[in-house]
Amino acid sequence: MITLLSTWTFGVTLALVALGVFVSYRLFAFPDITTDGSFTLGAVTTTVLLVAGHDPAIATLGGAAAGAAAGACTGLLHAILRIEPLLSGILVTTALSSVTLVVLGRSNVPLAGTATLLDRAEAILLPATTAAGFGDAAAEAARLIVMLALVGIAVLLLWAFFRTHLGTAMRAGGDTATMARALGRDTGLLTVAGLAIANALTALSGALVAQVQGFADVQMGIGMVVWGMASVFLGAALVGPVRLGGALVATVAGSVTFRLLVASALRAGLHPDWLKAATALVVLAALVAPRLLSRRPQASAAR
Amino acid sequence: MLDVRHATVAFSAPGGPLVRAVDDVSFTIPAGTFVVVIGTNGSGKSTLLGAIAGTVRLDTGSIHVAGHDLTGWRENRRARYVGRVFQDPRAGTASSLSVLENIAVAACRGRPVGLGWATPQRLRAEAAERLAAIQPGLEKRLDQPIGSMSGGQRQIVSLVMATWHRPELLLLDEHTAALDPASADRVVQATAKLVRDQKLTALMVTHSLEQAARLGDRLLLVHRGKIAFDVEGGAKRRLSPEDLAGRFDRLRRADQLDDPAARTLRDLYA
Repeated sequence: MITLLSTWTFGVTLALVALGVFVSYRLFAFPDITTDGSFTLGAVTTTVLLVAGHDPAIATLGGAAAGAAAGACTGLLHAILRIEPLLSGILVTTALSSVTLVVLGRSNVPLAGTATLLDRAEAILLPATTAAGFGDAAAEAARLIVMLALVGIAVLLLWAFFRTHLGTAMRAGGDTATMARALGRDTGLLTVAGLAIANALTALSGALVAQVQGFADVQMGIGMVVWGMASVFLGAALVGPVRLGGALVATVAGSVTFRLLVASALRAGLHPDWLKAATALVVLAALVAPRLLSRRPQASAAR
Repeated sequence: MLDVRHATVAFSAPGGPLVRAVDDVSFTIPAGTFVVVIGTNGSGKSTLLGAIAGTVRLDTGSIHVAGHDLTGWRENRRARYVGRVFQDPRAGTASSLSVLENIAVAACRGRPVGLGWATPQRLRAEAAERLAAIQPGLEKRLDQPIGSMSGGQRQIVSLVMATWHRPELLLLDEHTAALDPASADRVVQATAKLVRDQKLTALMVTHSLEQAARLGDRLLLVHRGKIAFDVEGGAKRRLSPEDLAGRFDRLRRADQLDDPAARTLRDLYA
């Protein structure tokens, strides 16, 4: 029970990474490697702020803000210096690996004895989950409820934002830059804003994961972009073509489903060392499958 | 009003000679005039249109629209005064957004965007009304992704988008060239209606001699980066596609005479 719940908790927490990748990759067609760096950056920033005695809510928001800044850097490299998306992300992530090491001071810092956002939420929710009959798993259930609430809020905010004038212009710019420019939008700036949002979500996920697992590690972000893509693809495969709100919910569902699949694979005997390779294979399959399934060239909607 | 003064755009292929795609071109289009631009491939008409839209930088000269000097402005800033319809419907509309969302972006053309709701009921009602007026049936498809519509329907929506707020200048870049004849005809009719109803100043580039003869108050024939023929009023109205075909033939023949003659001169003096 506890294991299943904690699998869910991780899946839901990492859904924020998937939502970030949804924004950068699906809305802006920007394969954003910064995801790996900003996940660690979020975890590290929040951990350092917590250890320094700051309020958990402020520490968590600080982590997300650091991620937004990292995403904006990648966006600026691309929009102003005209560096291609992949290389922009690689440059920022490489630089971030130094930044996180310097900020953290060493490669691994535990949060033992520090009050986290989760401790605070548990204190509030524990009586309710205990009363609901979760027994030993009451604490884990409380964590899951907190994460579900946070991700639910994130989905609602994203849905609402991307239906405002600014958000719709961002989606238009990410979809067809020529159209957005012809209608007066600065597509470079829109991309910077989009990547800032995407990496704020990713860093928020890192900040929460550090608090769930009780430590921050400079290696914890490796492979996150591929994880996010796997979740986005899996979510899209689960629900088929849907509009914005459906796609956001599907992305969260994709993340949880993927986490459950990983847990079953591990239980069935997959060695944890092979986890990232397996994730990469899933993404590869998702990229190639549509092409193999429809051999004929993509029907053009324009004619 | 559009005022183009001494516009020159020069390109040079690596190692090749400098080619003036647009060569010291000047013309003025008074407000409310519909001008058709034709020219052979490589004549410079697309470069000229790009220079006005802001996608191509002028080497010398200036572009004024409604009294504003747009010469140094970036493409997206020019959107404040200029509405555009592209040749490829996929370039002028965002496929994954619904028809209404595309219109919502167009409703903010050239204005700052904020955090207001993009598709309020008011916009939906007005979009339905305007689409129904130009092609009945389209108003029922406001919530469909525009990528699921035919090219002709997308160009009609593009026209409505470009003219949602009356532009000081409407640029039409061969906007029927990618369509089948029946759709092209519908788009041409929609264009003529919008230009007439809103009394727009419009510049339309076309490959179709038939459209060039039939549409517009004035015709510019661009050849080798210059305006080779400029006709308006009664003379424009009397122009037939055959007249235009004849003009093209004469220009081509002159070119063929020119080239060997030019080569002989170069050989003599170089």
